[in-house]
Amino acid sequence: MAAFQVIQLNPKKFQASQIKFLIFLLPICAVMILPIIYIVCQAFKPLDELFYFPPRIFVYNPTFANFSELFRLARITGLPWLRYLLNSLLITILYVLCTLFLTVTTGYAFSKKEFKVKKIFFTVNQLALMFVAIAVQIPTYLIVSALGLIDNFLVHIIPSLAVPVYLFLMKQNIDEVPKEILESAKLDGANDLQIILKFIVPLVKPTIATISILAFQSIWNSGGASTIYLNSENLKTLPYYLGLLSSQAGIQATGVSAASSLILFLPNLIIFIVMQSKVMNTMARSGIK
Amino acid sequence: MGTTRLRIYKDVREKKIKIKRNHKTNGINGSPVSIFLLTAPYITLFFVFIALPVFISAILSLTYFNAIQFPSFVGLRNYVSMFSVDRDFMQYVVPETLTFAIIVGPGGYLLSFIIAWMLAQLPKTIRTILALIVYTPSLAGGVLIGVIWKSLFSGDQWGYLNAFLMNFGIIDAPILWLTNPQYLLGITIFVALWSSFGIGFLSILSSLCNLDPELYEAAHIDGIKNRFQETIYVTIPQMRGSMYFAAIMSITNAMSAGTLAITLSGSNPTPQKSAQTILAHMNDYAFIRNELGYASAMSVVLLLFVLLFSKIANLLFGNRD
Repeated sequence: MAAFQVIQLNPKKFQASQIKFLIFLLPICAVMILPIIYIVCQAFKPLDELFYFPPRIFVYNPTFANFSELFRLARITGLPWLRYLLNSLLITILYVLCTLFLTVTTGYAFSKKEFKVKKIFFTVNQLALMFVAIAVQIPTYLIVSALGLIDNFLVHIIPSLAVPVYLFLMKQNIDEVPKEILESAKLDGANDLQIILKFIVPLVKPTIATISILAFQSIWNSGGASTIYLNSENLKTLPYYLGLLSSQAGIQATGVSAASSLILFLPNLIIFIVMQSKVMNTMARSGIK
Repeated sequence: MGTTRLRIYKDVREKKIKIKRNHKTNGINGSPVSIFLLTAPYITLFFVFIALPVFISAILSLTYFNAIQFPSFVGLRNYVSMFSVDRDFMQYVVPETLTFAIIVGPGGYLLSFIIAWMLAQLPKTIRTILALIVYTPSLAGGVLIGVIWKSLFSGDQWGYLNAFLMNFGIIDAPILWLTNPQYLLGITIFVALWSSFGIGFLSILSSLCNLDPELYEAAHIDGIKNRFQETIYVTIPQMRGSMYFAAIMSITNAMSAGTLAITLSGSNPTPQKSAQTILAHMNDYAFIRNELGYASAMSVVLLLFVLLFSKIANLLFGNRD
């Protein structure tokens, strides 16, 4: 019997002993990625390939026909797609900025200050990590309408601003910033705002990047508020609009909806790929103590 | 990042002298007003859009409410009828929800751990690429998931799975995968698992990559004999916090994915109530039958169910001090 070797975590180079993991992981990765490759190819397939039998995953003669069909539909329906795009961009930017502001200020206070309800509230926030927002749609609707937010642009942003997970991650990471730094800054006469901007923000950059990405992903894809709370067409967003177009596309429906969902999906993926090392850095401190 | 940190540390060292000279300090606590200003926006939003909805749900669950008339108090009647009058609830919703939630929640969680554990034993470049592949599906929102899997499982001969199976002569005629109750639950579970490797998975993976290698040598000397013992006694205890965090994320995601079967089959209730989870059943009563009191009772049951699961996770991975 071979002597037991301790586990090699985070190894520097590839060894033969790692092949067994690849044998297990590669098929799983194939299952994970093939549907994504399929939908990317689908978006670029010409009509004859969309209906080719037997269907193929890969595209042989890529074309932009589905995208131009999408734009043609946008023209004939008379819906201002540029407006939806601008709405989506504006909402996403505002939402990400507000989320960052909230999590940094609150996370800073929870991490570095002492006040009476701090412990209780952080426990409540931790409990709310398991909050299933979709389960309380009815009361949320009642609250939104009581606040007069129905058919108001801000309804995209305000109801989904408090996210316990983001505060939790931010607080755990601000905990790592040594208190002495902040105390000395305080003695030099810095106020809380200056401390946050000059010390906290530069020191928790990876966390800020991570929360931006998570917030971006959640808001960019969501068409929910558009269908539930809004009546005015010019306040709605891109995911809603693309969903609508896909349902109106005729024979090319599969290609058009693949094209439109790709438009939504790609920004998510690209941003994550660019920022992934920062995300991993942040998640290393996500443990609940 | 590294240089910023160094610079700030250096600043502190220089300023620390000042701290010693200056005696009066109440730390960085500042005035109560500043604490209030810093925390009030989040806490307000938290109470209005998280705590209050849960509270109102609990109140509404004790009423008859049809969205037109003012709710009338009926006591526990909604809960009683859930387990008696509503035959579908006990016959379909409870078993389907449990099957779905247990496979996608704890099952997906276990899978996350196994995949992350293997990935952590690979060199950085391969690990990053494979981890990205595993994580990518969780980036796909509900709309994209619908578009992808509806066309892969499409019931006509252009559906990818049908064409594949027919090509190899396994079936002779296309199968209506998404409207056949026999397959819908299985497919829904598969799709939910496919998109379940989200931030919980990333949390486990990055914790694994940051564990202390010296502990393993020590454990080896202390007589750890195999990989399994090593995982149970050395690896998991070191990353209990991450395991707990990931457990909560996976059960919450599993419960939130409850409407997936509606997206895939395109109908609510789903064909013969297959894969009709409590969330789908709740939507049916809330938005189609307008029985909002009853639907609220179900949302309370759902939240309690999540709470129960995370209590179990807490027993397994929580702080034992």
